[in-house]
Amino acid sequence: MSNHWEVVIGLEIHAQLAAQSKIFSGASTAFGGEPNTQACLVDLGYPGTLPVLNEKAIEMAVRFGLAVDADIASRSIFARKNYFYPDLPKGYQISQLDLPIVKGGKMSILDDSGNEKIIGITRAHLEEDAGKSIHDEFENASGIDLNRAGTPLLEIVSEPDISSAKEAVAYMKKVHSIVRYLGISDGNMQEGSFRCDANVSVKPFSQKELGTRTELKNLNSFKFVEKAIQHEIIRQIEIIEDGGEIVQETRLYDSNLDETRSMRSKEEANDYRYFPDPDLLPVIIDEEYINEIRESLPELPSAKKDRFVKSYQLKSADAEVLTSSKQLADFFEEVDKGTDIDSQSTANWVIGDYMAALNKTDLEIEESKISASDLASLLNKIADQTISGKIAKEVFESMWKGEGSAEEIIERKGLVQITDDSEIENIVNQVIENNPSQVKDYLDGKSQLLGYFVGQIMKETKGKANPQKVNEILRRNLK
Amino acid sequence: MTTSDIHRMTLSQLKRNLEAKNLSSREITESFLKRISETNKSLNAFITITEDLAISHSVEADEIIAKGKAKSLTGLPFAHKDLFCTDGILTTCASKMLSNFVPPYDATVVKRLKDAGIIMIGKTNMDEFAMGSSNETSYYGNVSNPWNLDLSPGGSSGGSAAAVAAGLAPAATGTDTGGSIRQPAALTGVTGIKPTYGRVSRYGMIAFASSLDQGGFFTKSSEDAALLLTEVAGLDEFDSTSSAEPVPDYTASINNSIKGIKIGLIKQHFEEGLDEANKKVLEEALKALGSQGAEIIEIDMPNIGLSVPTYYVVASAECSSNLSRYDGIRFGHRAENFNDLTDFYSKTRGEGFGSEVKRRIMTGTYVLSAGYYDAYYLKAQKVRQLISEDFKNAFEKVNVIAGPTTPSPAFPLGAKMDDPIEMYLNDIFTIGANLAGLPAMSIPCGFVNDLPIGLQLIGKHFGEESILQCGHQYQQITDWHQQVPEDFK
Repeated sequence: MSNHWEVVIGLEIHAQLAAQSKIFSGASTAFGGEPNTQACLVDLGYPGTLPVLNEKAIEMAVRFGLAVDADIASRSIFARKNYFYPDLPKGYQISQLDLPIVKGGKMSILDDSGNEKIIGITRAHLEEDAGKSIHDEFENASGIDLNRAGTPLLEIVSEPDISSAKEAVAYMKKVHSIVRYLGISDGNMQEGSFRCDANVSVKPFSQKELGTRTELKNLNSFKFVEKAIQHEIIRQIEIIEDGGEIVQETRLYDSNLDETRSMRSKEEANDYRYFPDPDLLPVIIDEEYINEIRESLPELPSAKKDRFVKSYQLKSADAEVLTSSKQLADFFEEVDKGTDIDSQSTANWVIGDYMAALNKTDLEIEESKISASDLASLLNKIADQTISGKIAKEVFESMWKGEGSAEEIIERKGLVQITDDSEIENIVNQVIENNPSQVKDYLDGKSQLLGYFVGQIMKETKGKANPQKVNEILRRNLK
Repeated sequence: MTTSDIHRMTLSQLKRNLEAKNLSSREITESFLKRISETNKSLNAFITITEDLAISHSVEADEIIAKGKAKSLTGLPFAHKDLFCTDGILTTCASKMLSNFVPPYDATVVKRLKDAGIIMIGKTNMDEFAMGSSNETSYYGNVSNPWNLDLSPGGSSGGSAAAVAAGLAPAATGTDTGGSIRQPAALTGVTGIKPTYGRVSRYGMIAFASSLDQGGFFTKSSEDAALLLTEVAGLDEFDSTSSAEPVPDYTASINNSIKGIKIGLIKQHFEEGLDEANKKVLEEALKALGSQGAEIIEIDMPNIGLSVPTYYVVASAECSSNLSRYDGIRFGHRAENFNDLTDFYSKTRGEGFGSEVKRRIMTGTYVLSAGYYDAYYLKAQKVRQLISEDFKNAFEKVNVIAGPTTPSPAFPLGAKMDDPIEMYLNDIFTIGANLAGLPAMSIPCGFVNDLPIGLQLIGKHFGEESILQCGHQYQQITDWHQQVPEDFK
């Protein structure tokens, strides 16, 4: 992309709050129920019913606000956003407009060059989700499932501080991590618990005022966010470079075709006729309540990262990865606690083999085939020199396949490291004897041949020889 | 009184007769049902009559009474405005839109009265979605005024008012958004109370304008109003706007003398819009209160004249949103032939709503629209605040405010249907209490041209006790509330 263009992006993230019941009724929020079995009269918008605020949603919004250094409004109000759609039972969505519960926060991310960058959070407000329209299951009709209607959402609106598709993903991942740390959302993107809309515009760097923006709707995976924004940036630049103008509109990303297409223009946009919902009282929050919640906040990613660097002496980048999710950070700490190996090696194992195995099998940490104590006992076998790091990788794979504990596998497969000096010496001497020409070349100065001899020895011992000892004896005996 | 006078007895009198075993619940209930079957045709006060259910409940009530387990209202018949949701019983809001709607739950008001032992005998006619001041916007036809069948009983709770006035029910619920209890109470010569906003739960009351709607009662006396309010008032977990303010026994304090109580007269309410004949009747009523030791003080409320326009902006805005749920998808009327979603909505709503409802939805949509919101909705909210402050200032000087309920007595059916502004002005004296959320009641205080006139009493927030007390004391020395229309004696 041309360096001439500055990209300006703001995200609106919708995080479904992990409350047991809906934001304005007592119906369950569990995912996957039979259609319309988790919608009570309030959710169905029955005549005469009234919303009653779920206090849990307030608490969760406050937790988020405090975690991103935002102001918590001492008085916030719910407003009605009016529009007609079959999956919106009341004909309005209860949301917040003028006085949101959270205002003015910030979050740090790493930009494309790996430098820290602060993204402003304009606001976060509470609202109810709509139901779901199902257009492809019935002939000549659409189905409406109102199980999701009334599910509590926190809409987190960023400042237009984001400058690339990658940054957008970094920011979204950070928000995702924080809501999960706080336990306020499960962040499940497949189930739609965490999704975002992106406002995208471009302008020449020399231009002061922002370009016309488009809004990309309902991006429900990190991959789609990146692709959709990237695609939209290119589309906008091409239009402007061809002398055209960007139309302010809402666009939908089609992940199958990897393109965005127009949904509605500004002119067609709804006038939502927001006004304060007279059925709900203003939400009044006092300092005492805020302090109570502040004290109950868990350690957040940035503080945890700093601690990991400081107390485990980890590389900053590794600490960043390990603290990207609370589950992963907890897992690392549990492994580290159970093993004598140095913390950086533990980190390498967790970030390397362990995360690779999770990714490959598409499992979450909670579903992992290897527990933290399993991994710790494997690493202990390296620490006490029972096996080498290389053999450990083989054992790890067997453990993942469920073939037993580290100890069992090492024993069954006879993988115990050869550490006996005389045994190694015999093998070394045999390899020297069998390769006279390579020995000559080595002695003539081709020192890189040392690796060749190590390889031969490892082949002989099926990798079980202690590498340090092999090196040591080899160097000595090659003189 | 003899048993043939059952329909003329107050709720409290019926209660005493039940307690003394002079009358059975079944006798009382059947007597009212008989009145309904004889006279509802001419009045059209009821949309639904729950005869069989009422009789079987009265039989049960008599058993409960026999066992000595009666609650405060056990065995007393009662009518509900057809805007209160009643479990398993048609609740139409007098609209074609809900002409097939059977709620699966009871409104809190309905439930509390049921729990106190009351027997529902039917659901009363009203203006469609409570929008109207004459009961002529009902999908089920207008209600007639028992004092003269060619006249309107007022609205929107005209069916409840007419039913109580004509002795078809000893008492009934109503709802009051801008005067919908007090105005018909005045025009039919009964007692009507609208409690403080938040005093009575709105849960299960089909919403018109949520920040103004308040449920209340039509009764034959202030004493009856106190009896019912004591059972129904109080916090409801299903209505966030209901108040946790403790509920006193309203029947206790009504017996206190009003000697020394300060009653304010809103200067502006006697200057404009009030018929001369009404004014004379009111002056007599105030004299009577004065003779009981009340001190009458004139008060100035500079912003009260803005009540009507303020109300029609706020109420219409809220109703335009509240009525959006009637889209034909989950309940209610549904268009049969349509081309697409937009067509489905316009046909369903076009067919289901009457013209007054449509007028208000359009007005409300307009005042909330981008570019008009500040000039209308926001400004109306500011004026509403000013009016509330006028009341607040007034209540620093007085305990109760008294004045007219309506500008004139009942008007002929059809007289104002073509002129919405003229119709809206009928609520000129009642709207203020809704905008400020204050308790207010109308009690009969005399006649003009043989038609009843109402005296309005407005109290402080949660000051129901003082207006009920004034009403009850007034009714101790007057008999206007005991007058019955000639044709319904």
